[in-house]
Amino acid sequence: MTTVDLGTIRRLVSVTVDDVEHRAPEGATIMDVLDDAGADTPRLCQAPNLTPVNACRVCVVEVEGSRPLVPSCARKVEDGMVVRTDTERVAHSRKMVLELLASANDLSEAGDDVARWQIEYGADPERYGPPGPPAAAGERGNRHAGHHGIPDGETRATVAQPVTVDNDLYVRDYARCILCYKCVEACGTDAQNTFAIAVAGRGFDATISTEFAVPLPDSACVYCGNCIGVCPTGALKSVAEHERREAGTWDPEGETVTTTVCSFCGVGCSLELHVQDNTIVNVTSPSDHSVTHGHLCIKGRFGFQHVQNVASPGEH
Amino acid sequence: MDLVLLPDAATEAERAAVDAAVGSPGHERRDLLLPAFHAVMDAVGWISRGALSYVCDRLHVPPAEAYGVATFYALFSVTPRAPRTAHVCDDVGCAAFGGEDLCAALEERLGPPGSGEEVTWTRSPCLGLCERAPAVFLQRASPSAEDEGNPEATRALASSPHDDAPGGDHAQIAPATADTVLRALDGEDVDGPDPVVSTPQAGGPDLELLSRVGVVDPGDLDSYRAAGGYAGLRRALAVGSARVVDEITVASLTGRGGAAFPTGTKWAAVAGSPEPEKYLVCNADESEPGTFKDRVLMEADPFALVEAMTVAGIAVGARTGYLYVRGEYPAAERAILRAVAEARRHGYLGDDVMGSGRAFDLEVRRGAGAYICGEETALMNSLEGRRGEPRAKPPFPTVAGLFGKPTVINNVETLVNVLRIVAEGGPAFASIGSGRSTGTKLFCLSGVVARPGVYEVPMGTTLRELLELAGGVPPDLRAILLGGAAGSFVTPDQLDVPLTLEGTREIGATLGSGVVLCFDSTTDFAAVLRRIAGFFRDESCGQCVPCRVGTVRQEEALARIVRGREIGGRTIELQLLRDVDRVMTDASICGLGQTAASAVRSALALGLIGGS
Repeated sequence: MTTVDLGTIRRLVSVTVDDVEHRAPEGATIMDVLDDAGADTPRLCQAPNLTPVNACRVCVVEVEGSRPLVPSCARKVEDGMVVRTDTERVAHSRKMVLELLASANDLSEAGDDVARWQIEYGADPERYGPPGPPAAAGERGNRHAGHHGIPDGETRATVAQPVTVDNDLYVRDYARCILCYKCVEACGTDAQNTFAIAVAGRGFDATISTEFAVPLPDSACVYCGNCIGVCPTGALKSVAEHERREAGTWDPEGETVTTTVCSFCGVGCSLELHVQDNTIVNVTSPSDHSVTHGHLCIKGRFGFQHVQNVASPGEH
Repeated sequence: MDLVLLPDAATEAERAAVDAAVGSPGHERRDLLLPAFHAVMDAVGWISRGALSYVCDRLHVPPAEAYGVATFYALFSVTPRAPRTAHVCDDVGCAAFGGEDLCAALEERLGPPGSGEEVTWTRSPCLGLCERAPAVFLQRASPSAEDEGNPEATRALASSPHDDAPGGDHAQIAPATADTVLRALDGEDVDGPDPVVSTPQAGGPDLELLSRVGVVDPGDLDSYRAAGGYAGLRRALAVGSARVVDEITVASLTGRGGAAFPTGTKWAAVAGSPEPEKYLVCNADESEPGTFKDRVLMEADPFALVEAMTVAGIAVGARTGYLYVRGEYPAAERAILRAVAEARRHGYLGDDVMGSGRAFDLEVRRGAGAYICGEETALMNSLEGRRGEPRAKPPFPTVAGLFGKPTVINNVETLVNVLRIVAEGGPAFASIGSGRSTGTKLFCLSGVVARPGVYEVPMGTTLRELLELAGGVPPDLRAILLGGAAGSFVTPDQLDVPLTLEGTREIGATLGSGVVLCFDSTTDFAAVLRRIAGFFRDESCGQCVPCRVGTVRQEEALARIVRGREIGGRTIELQLLRDVDRVMTDASICGLGQTAASAVRSALALGLIGGS
């Protein structure tokens, strides 16, 4: 007999967004309502397969009765809630979040959505002065909480620093890291339960780090690559992608995606093979897949070399 | 979860210190992470790879997360550091009042901050000793190296959250000179600041919160009882919890930590929660620059706080209360630990409080150098052994607070008010002051005042009247920082403002935590404002973008303005500051970011800086 899971039956509540009434199931977030209504709500730290941390604040909206703006990704709807997204206050905060991030981070690989929001909201990171010099490798991770050099304002502080390459599978380009916490969540209770990385340090000097910033091979990392899978800015990426980008042969326009099922074990994870120039460059899984929720293990994500082991002339 | 630990081994001294502090629980006890790190710091002066691994092994915490916690707090060091460090306040209450001179003198004698193998010095944000600037906090590890071979001795000396003596040999010096600091760094005993000296009204009439300061012996329960101590708890137990919560509500008591939330509302919510497990937390992480009232209360009258917490805990149905005391307050911690041990010994805490059959006990936990942990949800994360990052609200602590349970969290001064309300009844308390501003209020007067210190006045007293108590309106007064770094500046023409929530709001200011820091016209306000901006940049937890990056950009823009190096002119820079101000105020997660531009905004509006 076939059974159909109807899920928990949830009461519908009424929410008003920009004077239009919406019905939403209890427990939904404001962002769920906005998404259903087709609004283009910017987001960076939010992901459908991770617990909201509401850290980036780019999705803020006005909620009647709340003095500060409210993160739409995390705030659950309540019956009678009155939400506004079309105000100057909302636009200002969204613009400033995008602008402040762009003033401190390299967002050039953060994707088309972020590039579009930067223009749409009018972010102008250059008005904070020219960027300061990048930090030496490892220097940012060694700053002591509560102490910083007094700036003269001639340049703007950034998180620029060299790329960390300490293993064969992926690189950490923390000049792009916006501290969205997604990789930490994916490494922790939201997916992998490995806890190899966490946020260390404080304030502007906070970094994503292993204990004592040891190389990944010395940490608890199991190379599932789920941190790469959720990284929104290209701070974490496969060595294959990194090398192609460095060599100038990275070709996202020419990329094809082939869907298949992982053959390593019986779980049946759905895979998307990203292929450029007839070579697999990345493997992902859809975040709405009922088995993986977008997360994979080391074999699914990186164990594809055998597929493309083409015998060289003379070999058998 | 299997822990993957670094291969480095802990030394015997490190292991002994951790064992003495937290033992070997055999299951995850992340909440003991800060006590364990304190024990290591107190024993050897820094947290090595081996020590961190050992702590993780004992408490079942992943090392990356433990490292993230250790590096969040300014009083912990994960790199070798001299075991005796002088933290010298260069914040707004000290810098111009001897703090910068002291830094210069120490730099000459000890070299740059952080250098030196046995002793060193470092700059520090406000140490809560503003009434006797310049202030120094001495972080001194003990025992010394000779005990390393003797684990029993180390064990006996190492700290424990359950002992009545705190770990380490930490001390405060104020006012400090280079000579006293150097002698103390060499291990000489230091007389802690006398809280009675910091209370000019001590022993005088018309005091409530300060009535026992200088009157009772803070180390003697009998002395406290002789002064009427524990009458409040006796009455509270007699009338019952529901009545106590009602009285607090009727009294219209509001939180004295700065946010002024109605205390009765919190208590009623937790008391009415069906959840069987609840907590009471006392926020004694007083760190708002210019604030020292809670320190004086704890040092001079610790039993009052212990009694008030017992009243509160039992009233709301909590069996355990946590007192989170600022790490830079060793004298207050010692006084509180002694009072808790005494109270426990005499049946005022424990399974059967005063024979009532009600159970309530207290745990004292030490902060580790993070202003943000004064934010209530950040404090709870810190108590749970996490980074002091504020949580999203809702849910509010009354619904899901400490360990996810309904929690009442109150400031020290707020709680001490409870004793009077229980004794006199809510209506009597509410009859003092006006509107939402009832009862008496403590103010912290420092800077260019004749008699700096903590003062208690009824709500509604004017700022001028308060200054008169402290020796008169200072000659040549230029501005007063009211409410702390998160507050704003007021000027001599505003001295007739009644000190109430409503009165200060009317002039665009705030009572905040009761800071009244006075500056005369010789003040270098550019330096003051840059220090405040630097303070918020240092103390931002880094979780949300508006505050993490906004505080950096605010400090940079301010630097350009005071140096006359504006990009595109003054108007454009002021617009930039306003834009940063707005996003921090509107979109930050917590009160730190939401008020990080407040003092700068008011200084610019008053023309204290940026005059051309």
